[in-house]
Amino acid sequence: MSDPVPFLPRGVRRHFDKVRGCAVLLGPERALMLDEISDAILGAVDGERGLTAICTVLAETYDAPLDVIRPDTEAFLADLAGKRLLDYRGG
Amino acid sequence: MAEIPLPIAMLAELTHVCPLACPYCSNPLELTKRSAELDTETWARVFREAAEIGVLQLHLSGGEPASRRDLPDLVSAARDAGLYTNLITSGIGLTDRRLEELDAAGLDHVQLSLQGVKAELADRIGGYRGGFDRKMAVASKIAEIGFPLTINAVMHRENLDDLAETLALAERLGARRIEIACVQFHGWASGNRAALLPTREQVSAAKALVAEARADPGCPMVIDFVPPDYYSDYPKACMGGWGSTGLNVTPSGDVLPCHAAESIPGMVFENVASRHLGEIWRQSDAFNAYRGTEWMAEPCRSCDRREIDFGGCRCQALAIAGDAAATDPVCRRAPTRPLVEAMLSDAIPETAPELIYRARVSG
Repeated sequence: MSDPVPFLPRGVRRHFDKVRGCAVLLGPERALMLDEISDAILGAVDGERGLTAICTVLAETYDAPLDVIRPDTEAFLADLAGKRLLDYRGG
Repeated sequence: MAEIPLPIAMLAELTHVCPLACPYCSNPLELTKRSAELDTETWARVFREAAEIGVLQLHLSGGEPASRRDLPDLVSAARDAGLYTNLITSGIGLTDRRLEELDAAGLDHVQLSLQGVKAELADRIGGYRGGFDRKMAVASKIAEIGFPLTINAVMHRENLDDLAETLALAERLGARRIEIACVQFHGWASGNRAALLPTREQVSAAKALVAEARADPGCPMVIDFVPPDYYSDYPKACMGGWGSTGLNVTPSGDVLPCHAAESIPGMVFENVASRHLGEIWRQSDAFNAYRGTEWMAEPCRSCDRREIDFGGCRCQALAIAGDAAATDPVCRRAPTRPLVEAMLSDAIPETAPELIYRARVSG
């Protein structure tokens, strides 16, 4: 079973905004304010873990069922990929 | 006045020096001399102040920012301040070594302008022979280093028909993003309106092509398209609202609410030499002049779109309607809309006048 590995391409990075007191995702002409869940998902995106491993980590951390975590995580990452703020390798 | 928002982006016009002489340049008619430019330490302080007041994105622009020999030091200072650094360049003057230095300094992203897809037209528009070939060499070094790249294609009557080739070239150069920006008529561009304004047919064809490219799942680029607003029903929300998200610092350190604000007579700008950027952002008359919606007259004041387009562009209102506080004449609800219609009826290719090139900085 293939498990694509999401990663932030060069030019896209997480940043903690001290002035607004929240995490943001910075990219070309973009600054997306991240809520706690989005920030946790991107925190698990380390360029090594596949999508399944990422969801497993999040399910454990938040003590939530995998079938609840997975659709939200996939949708969030797909949205970022559509904006070209996230790439996948392998799979 | 409601609470003053935090700025997100700052445009640092490092210099007005530029090897190109594009007739659509948005720099002011009165260019700043090199000797009056802010020094490295002052820019570094301004970057820190920008980060302190909430700025996340820094756009390093000009003129040609590569004309500043301290560009890698400026990028380092901006990264140290915690800013996302974007270099807006024509590529001319960027040697391989300079690009490697920018890489080491932590530059996040490069935005490379394109004057055309063919050397003959590109070099004629830029007023610089050999510019296109040099730019292609720079683009290949950008790809080799791995900088994420946006192509900034400035479009007008002479090159809008080349849009398909422009998209193809940007893709070949490895761009992840393309900005198709139709010329806006500020600064030097305003004298070239009749020559550069595309026809309605060109704009319709371009819109259709962009829609098609965006719908193509194989297209690897994000496409941002700024159509010429003269053909629109409503004005663009200039700067996302005056004094709401962005600010602009000129080569000599004046702080402007938008890059063309110096065209508004009587508006006084404060300088980074005498005040903290945050005080200027919050308190200066220039920023508060058109902030929010209180300043609006009718038809904007009671309009259901007043917080969507914020009355449009102040500089365009001044340039066309003669009053910076008027509704942007592009708006269908503006009493001055017929003035825009008159300009459109003058935009006939057969009568397009010669281009007037931007001046070069002296001294």
